[in-house]
Parts: sequence; structure tokens; C-alpha cells
Amino acid sequence: MGYNFKEIMNKPERFAPGHRMCAGCGATICARNVLRGLHEGDKAVIGCATGCLNVSSFQYPYVAWEDSYIHSAFENASSTMSGVVGAYNAMKRKGKIKEDYKFICFGGDGGTYDIGIQSLSGAMERGTNYTYVCYDNGAYMNTGTQRSSATPMYADTTTTPVGSQCDGKEQYRKDLAAIIAAHDIPYAAQTTFFKGFKDLHEKAERAIYTDGPAFLNVCAPCPTGWKYKTDEIMEICRLAVETNYWPLYEVVEGKWILNYEPKNRLPIEEFLKTQARFKHLFKPENEHLIEKYQQEVDRRWEDLLFKCSR
Amino acid sequence: MPKKRVLMSGNEAVATALRQINPDVFPAFPITPSTEIPQYFSNYVSNGLVDTEFITVESEHSSMSAAIGASAAGARALTATSSAGLAFMWEVLGVAASHRLPVALCAVCRALTGPLNINCDHSDTMGAKDSGWIQLYAENNQEAYDNMVMAFNIAENKDVMLPIMICQDGFITSHAVNNMELLDDLTVKEFVGEYEADHYLLNPDETFAVGPYAVSDYYMESRKAQAHAMENAKQVILDVAKDFEKISGRKYGLIEEYQMEDAEYAVVIIGSAAGTTKDAIDKMRANGDKVGLVKIRSFRPFPGKEIATALKGCKAVAVMDRSESFSTNGGPVGAETMQAMYSEKCDALTINIMYGIGGRDVRVEDMMNVYETLKDIAAKGETGDVYRYMGLRDKEAK
Repeated sequence: MGYNFKEIMNKPERFAPGHRMCAGCGATICARNVLRGLHEGDKAVIGCATGCLNVSSFQYPYVAWEDSYIHSAFENASSTMSGVVGAYNAMKRKGKIKEDYKFICFGGDGGTYDIGIQSLSGAMERGTNYTYVCYDNGAYMNTGTQRSSATPMYADTTTTPVGSQCDGKEQYRKDLAAIIAAHDIPYAAQTTFFKGFKDLHEKAERAIYTDGPAFLNVCAPCPTGWKYKTDEIMEICRLAVETNYWPLYEVVEGKWILNYEPKNRLPIEEFLKTQARFKHLFKPENEHLIEKYQQEVDRRWEDLLFKCSR
Repeated sequence: MPKKRVLMSGNEAVATALRQINPDVFPAFPITPSTEIPQYFSNYVSNGLVDTEFITVESEHSSMSAAIGASAAGARALTATSSAGLAFMWEVLGVAASHRLPVALCAVCRALTGPLNINCDHSDTMGAKDSGWIQLYAENNQEAYDNMVMAFNIAENKDVMLPIMICQDGFITSHAVNNMELLDDLTVKEFVGEYEADHYLLNPDETFAVGPYAVSDYYMESRKAQAHAMENAKQVILDVAKDFEKISGRKYGLIEEYQMEDAEYAVVIIGSAAGTTKDAIDKMRANGDKVGLVKIRSFRPFPGKEIATALKGCKAVAVMDRSESFSTNGGPVGAETMQAMYSEKCDALTINIMYGIGGRDVRVEDMMNVYETLKDIAAKGETGDVYRYMGLRDKEAK
């Protein structure tokens, strides 16, 4: 059965309105659309790392999640969920529960790439039967846009402020999807909001219904941190893909698969110029920085093509 | 009720209690001297003696986090740790307590690093005293076993719903093999029963959300509710002890008083050194010295009134601390005991002695010296230095 946009978007919401996330926030769009990957009627437990998504969706005494939900701390969404899955296994074995459940964790890039990588890696290595979804907005947004290891090169953040001696963040992003794929889990993928959410939907459904650990890295822009107008988010995501900044790929049982190859790859400026965090790059004296950026994007794209050609 | 005399280490005794309890989920990470507990337990798993989900996590932060997830999901969960492991868990200890999850932690007390040291003191568990956990301390292997058997009945009581730490002294109790008595498997199984959560993540009939963001209009009530549960725990610990006496014949309270009826000089202590102190008391009593001991079994909740009442009538008291708090006024047991004595108008001359830190030996004669010091203090009518050290290499420094 093909992907039917209208049908998928009209599924009952499992992330209810009334939460306090910003308009134009990628994390919210990510959560809603990942949950659309769950089949109607199937039960799930949702976990979340501390961050915008948690504090805005579960402020006592209100909760936006229609499914059972657990938050414990910043760095331990995966280990907390390991315990939930462990309980599920034990209680099933002992006949205490009969129903089937799916387990999905959300975390921002801070809670996933940085402080949460230990518990994430541990849960992946142990073969925990859950799906981890990173809503990657490329900085510690909940605390006010501090750089993370997911922050793109040259981004102006509150801990890499552009100044006379600083061009923004010095380093390129950590390639987390590749790191997780190296755990040799059954399913790892990178996606974003692109062309009617088909790529995201199919990957979410596949991840959730994979037996064993699955990982999704979702480029999820943040209007306050990236500095764009809220209605520009879909276009920014499109440009992230069309410039090869955020390639769409999946790693299935160790096999790397490229899901989309731009017909006319756009230069990286097209992506960078949509966000005020990169505006210093467009000063005439900084032309070489954009050149360097393009080289890095190209190098990483070639590397991805190589992995996908094996 | 069939009972069995055995020779066992404290770790094996606690692991045996866990086998008999057959918990649902045990996330584990090794650290000396608690490592043996998950090690023994993994043998039970490998040989089908339990049907527990045993999760070999990658850190103590994760073992406690997984225990939290498991307990919130509706399972009976526990883990074990020591020292740096407990310190690494510190953040999530508070989460377990505020989520009101009856998780158990087998804490095998060991010095915190700085310098690295694997031996016994109480700096790890005392560092966690304000995390919202119930803390029961054992004097010996038997008590470690008994406390473990009672743990879930206390923690899971609907008036309590708090996590519980079952503490024993590293190596001294955890590794030394002692004579003790085991209850039979069926008796323990029936005594502990199965965990039935009221609200849990895997309840097919209702969804459940745990771990909210609570700002200043709700946070304080949540803290007060925890404090109220801790107050309730006092009676529940006693009630469970009464039930336990029926199956074991052994009596437990919040404190244990040893030779306190007519005691003029008393020591207040926690853990294995209580046994050493009892030997000192027996020797001195033979010479007519009116010496006694108050052993604290429950440090959280803190039985301040009970301790102060027991000490009323004493001429001089030494409160013993196996961990520094660097307040320059003494250690945690000293501070809390003296505060309780003040509130209860117990005016015995009182000193606070740091001892046994980082595994420094505590001998019977050391404890006899403590009583001699108390006799001197009473005779002079002055405490002198309240905050003291015992057993330092440099004798001048005491």
C-alpha cells in the first residue's frame, strides 16, 4: 500500500494539542509524525529525556501524551526505557500482562549526542526492543541555544557567540546516525520533514515495528535557536536535504541505503541563508568559510555514497 | 517454619534473599564490594532459579534509571551498588523517591573516592541520606538478610511508596562469612508476596504519566507529600518487623538498645561496629561499668525521639560517625542525634567521634577507650572537644 498523506495525517492524534511548544517547532512536528507510525489500537509507552519536549508536554497536572509516558532525567531516557522494556518482558513471562506494547523514546540532540550517549549506546548494544528518536535541533535549545556536538559548523550559539575572534562553532557535527549504525542494530535512519512526510512516516513505522533496537535521527529545526520565521520550517528542511546537509538514508541490518539523491544538488548557502545563526557567513570577508563548509558537506556526502555503494 | 543454619557472607545472604523474593527486574553494574550480589544473582538467572529480567547496564546511573523505569512500568525492581556507584546514581536517587517508586537498593557501604579506597565507611550512603530514600543499616549478615526480606513490604506499603536502601558494611559484613539463619523459600515468598502497583505504565486499562515538570505552584506540595510518606514509614517499619518476628523469631525496631536500662555511658553507632561495641560493653559490664549502646537501624526515617529517649539518664554519650561531613562540627549521625537530644531535653555530655573511615580498624579496645573517655568527661563535667577523631596514625592528632 502506498503512502496516503491525507489518511496518515487524519489518524487520531497521540500527541494532543494544548502543549506549550513554540509555533514552528520541529520537535513537536517530529513527535506527532513519529507517533503516526504506530498502528491504530496498538499500545505504546513513550519516554522522553529532559528538554523542551518534556517540559512543554508534561507540566503538572497536564499531559499531552495520549499513551503512557515516563520522564526521569536528561541523560537516561534509554536506560529508563530499558527498565520499562525489562518490566514488560518480566511481567509477560510471569503472566502479569497479556497486551503487546511498543516503546518509543524521544530526546533532543543534547540528551542524545552528548549527555545521553552512554545510556543510548548501552541500550542499543543490549538489543533493547525500542525505538529511539532524536529530534536534532542542533543545540541545547531548552536552556537557550548552547552548542552541542550536533551543532552545525559556524553556527552562532550562546556558547559560541560570533565575535572578532570567533566565527561561531569551530567543529562540524558529530555523525550520530553512523555511530548508532556501528552498533549493528537492525535499523537506523536519518530523516526530516520532506515531501509530505513520506520519508519520516515510513521510517518511523519501520523503526517502531522492527524487532530489536531502532534509531531515528530527525532534523528538527528550532525557530528561536536557528532564527527563522515559523512558517519557513518545511522549506528549511527541504533545503537541508537538497543541499546534502542532511541526507536521507537508512541502515537496515548493516546495509546502507540512500533514500534520496538531489537531482540538482543546491549549494550549502541555500540552507545557511535561511537562518540568522549563519548570517555572519555572508559578510564578504567570510566567503572562505562558506567554501570550507561546502567542502565538508561534499566530503561527507561522498563518504555516504561510498557506504551506500557497498 | 523450617529454618536453616548456614555460613554465609553478607553479600551471599542478600543475594539469597533476592532469589527467594524473585523480583521482576534487576539492572546491575559491578562495583566493589557490592559486585558479588549481582554475580550470585546472575547464577540464579542462568540456572533458572528465578525468572527475573536481569539487565547488565553500562553504569550505575543507568542501573538506577532502569530500576526507575521498571518500577514505574509496574514491576518490582532493585539494584545493588557501593561508593562511587552510589554517588553516580545520586541524581536519579531523588527521581526514584519523587516518582514514589518502591525500588530497593542493596547498598554495600564503602568510602567515596578521594583518595581511591575500596574499604568500609559510610560516606556513600550518608551522602544519599537526604535523597528521599528509606535507609536501614545492618550490623551483621543476619540483619542484612532480614532487612532485605522486609524491604519490599516496607517500601510498597500504600502509606509509604518510597524507595529503600538496605545498607551493610563493605567487606566487614559483605565478605566476612558468618553463622546465620535462612528462612525457607516458601516462607519468604509468602511473606513478601507479589507487587501490585495502583498506577503503572503497562496498565492496559488506563494510561499513566510519570515524571512531570512541576513549577513552584506544585513542587513544594510534592516534597511535603514525600516527607509525610517518610513519617508513615516509621510505623510501617515497626509493623513489618512485627510480622517478620512471627516467621523468624527475630525482633527489630527503629533502633536497638543494648544494656541501656541503667547505662550511664552510651555509644550511638550504625553498622558493623555495633557488634564490636557490644563486645566492649560485655567486657566492661563484667567490671561493673554501666555502659550501653544505641544502635540505629533506621537512619531514614530518623528516629530522633526514640534515640534521645533511650539516652535520657546517661551521664555522657559518644555519637560515632563513619563518614566526614566537613562541617567542622562533626558528622551526620552526630549532628542529627545531638539535634534530637536537644529537642528532647536530653542533657548528657555528648561528643562526636569520627572512626573507621576508609576501612580503618575498629577494635574492641578502641570502643572500651571510648567508654573510658566518656567516664573522664562525666567526672570532669566538661566535654572538651565535641568533634573528635579516633584511630588516626598520628596519635597526637586525636
